[in-house]
Amino acid sequence: MTRKQRRLTVIGAALAVIGVAAGLVLFAMRDTIVFFYGPSEIAAKGVQPGTRLRIGGLVKEGTLQRGPDQTVRFEVTDTAKDVPVRYRGLLPDLFREGQGVVAEGVLEADGVFKADSVLAKHDEKYMPREVADALKKQGVWQHAPEKTGATPASAQK
Amino acid sequence: MIVEAGHYALVLAFALSLVLAVVPMWGAAARDPALMAVARPAAFAMLVMVALSYGALTWAYVGSDFSVMNVVQNSHSMKPLAYKISGVWANHEGSMLLWVLILALFAGLVAARGGRMPARLLSNVLAVQGAVAAAFLLFILTTSNPFARVAPAPFEGDGLNPILQDPGLAIHPPLLYLGYVGFSIAFSFAVGALIEGRIDAVWARFVRPWTLTAWCFLTLGIAMGSYWAYYELGWGGWWFWDPVENASLMPWLAGTALLHSTVVMEKRDALKVWTMLLSILAFSLSLIGTFLVRSGVLTSVHSFASDPARGVFILAILVVFIGGALTLFAWRAPVLRQGGVFAPVSREGALVLNNLLLATACATVFVGTLYPLALEAVTGWWSPDNPSKISVGAPFFNATFLPLAFPLMLAIPFGQSLAWKRGDLLGVAQRLAFAIAVGVVVAIVILALTVGGPVLAPVGVGLGVYLILGSATEIATRAWRRGAGLGVMLRRAAGLPRSAWGTALSHAGVGVTVIGIAATAWGVESIVTLQPGQSTRLGDYTVTLEAVTPRNGPDYRETVARLRVTRDGQSLGVLEPGKRVMVGRSMPTSEAGLMTLGLGQVYASVGEIEPNAAGLRLYWKPMVLLIWLGAVVMALGGGLSLLDRRARIGAPAPARAAVPAPAE
Repeated sequence: MTRKQRRLTVIGAALAVIGVAAGLVLFAMRDTIVFFYGPSEIAAKGVQPGTRLRIGGLVKEGTLQRGPDQTVRFEVTDTAKDVPVRYRGLLPDLFREGQGVVAEGVLEADGVFKADSVLAKHDEKYMPREVADALKKQGVWQHAPEKTGATPASAQK
Repeated sequence: MIVEAGHYALVLAFALSLVLAVVPMWGAAARDPALMAVARPAAFAMLVMVALSYGALTWAYVGSDFSVMNVVQNSHSMKPLAYKISGVWANHEGSMLLWVLILALFAGLVAARGGRMPARLLSNVLAVQGAVAAAFLLFILTTSNPFARVAPAPFEGDGLNPILQDPGLAIHPPLLYLGYVGFSIAFSFAVGALIEGRIDAVWARFVRPWTLTAWCFLTLGIAMGSYWAYYELGWGGWWFWDPVENASLMPWLAGTALLHSTVVMEKRDALKVWTMLLSILAFSLSLIGTFLVRSGVLTSVHSFASDPARGVFILAILVVFIGGALTLFAWRAPVLRQGGVFAPVSREGALVLNNLLLATACATVFVGTLYPLALEAVTGWWSPDNPSKISVGAPFFNATFLPLAFPLMLAIPFGQSLAWKRGDLLGVAQRLAFAIAVGVVVAIVILALTVGGPVLAPVGVGLGVYLILGSATEIATRAWRRGAGLGVMLRRAAGLPRSAWGTALSHAGVGVTVIGIAATAWGVESIVTLQPGQSTRLGDYTVTLEAVTPRNGPDYRETVARLRVTRDGQSLGVLEPGKRVMVGRSMPTSEAGLMTLGLGQVYASVGEIEPNAAGLRLYWKPMVLLIWLGAVVMALGGGLSLLDRRARIGAPAPARAAVPAPAE
């Protein structure tokens, strides 16, 4: 086999693998990508039932209801619109009414969002960026109060 | 005072890194031995200064010096000593200092072991390493000073993020950094050699042990991180395809490819251009990982703080080094002479296939990780109020990564058995017939026993068995001799080069991990609310809630659910998952309860705790430990290869070498 043929074999194999990979990526992009919306956007865009998405906002005060076997219902609000959410599973440690939350799942025909994962803040300081963005969008974002006893006046950044 | 000395040492280290970056490279270009001789002492001095600086910060942590901002924000006087020490790298500033310490450590090691390297190559390599160190030292000094003081000093610190206070944290970052940063050596070797314009098999011999070392640490670091997320985050998952995880997986994939292409270059003087490119890419992906994790574009436990200045600075470092190295590559690569010729079916051909699949898999992970960021940036620029936000999760990676990983795994046993230059595919297939047959039979038997269960899992287990037996076949084939007794063959097997054993072990480790991953499909999950005294079924086990009790730890209070696990009426022990509140914190964290039964684990985490009931998430995870054990076996294989005499080039031959090595 000549050097040229060898090179063609390698290039052919490379193109084949890259082609397959590109096909897989494009195929997966169409089916597995999940968009992130706030409650107002869901209403505005007329999202089709059955679409998989992530929603974010605040857990509306007074809407958290616990059912049997760890089922919960609550509403996610951006202060303008609300979306009812159903979820079965353990809520994150920092899940609270009035706090930011991101849920991933499917919007059902009756307008209830059936979540299969719920994210809240990691701890006092850290919040999923999507939650922060959703809150900022609606102008209800507040910076976490500084917890350090002394004000870091001389801290040089 | 010691804190200021630490800061000063860091400034000195920066000055030394500049000297190291400029003088030896000038010397190499001018062929001036005196200037080139600066390289090694400068590398040592830089290491000493960074180490002093790091020691000073550790001292501040151990002594709880709350006049240091970094200590205030990340430590607490009641913290156990081990977490005071590991707390040093559990924050942005300290972890960047650890990053540079390891960079300097590798420069020092290259300098120490570089006595036998050509002077010009050594000078260039150390100079490039110095330039990288200079960039990151400047980054620390200007944007992330860990020694900043606070006045007046508070009485007590804020404490460490509770989920970071864990033995896993103490080990995960140093291991990961040894891997990430270890690839800087391959990068420096590639850039150094491209500057010099001389690249040959000798280069590959010098660079291979360093790549292998970095790869072993990265493998362990990723496995450790995965296990930590598994037991600490309370979700029971071991891999989430989270961008931060992908940031460590990409350098690993590129590094694995590099490891294999360097073998071809060392043995056959081929694939030079590609190996240069991979050397640059592996470290570039490490840098991109650092950027993703440290700049705050992603939010996770790893993004300790987001300050736009830091992101821009790291992005600038990225552009300069990756852009510079790739430009140099584009300019110099055409000069490289083509090396040895080989047939498509040969060890080289198999290694090319390995590289092709690994590089493509790496590219799909890259696309999936960066596409959401790119889309948001582009649409945000287009319409600032309403950028498109998407998330690319596990389904994407499962649909793209796994189809590429599967043929790669099928090819592994063939690759390691094929001969160099021209291989005999049929002959190899005959030798592997046993491994193939057993793998297929295992898959079919499991499939038949679990009709209606998951389909891919039995295939995965069969694949894992085939990989392990394939490795065993390779060792057996090399030890076998017609008519020889078992004793002779065992002696022959023991006499095989350590690198042969290392290869076989690492590839078997892949099989072990694959079996562990496949077995996750047979896991059982149960979400229940139990009152004390109530039980629930979990696969073959019964879990009973005995009591919900409060308890105090050294620097936390917790509420623990006592769960007894029984099987057929026999008690197997007690699990104690709980909710923990650290001193100085208000929010609770979950602590999972784990019980290891054979290779599987019963996993429990608590949700809502009420006075007379506890919400529980229970899992039975069969063979789950194999996932991480496999990674440890892979790393052990790499370590064994490192001990091979061939890895220590030019080492004086030990007397035992007089015993004739077995013919291959």
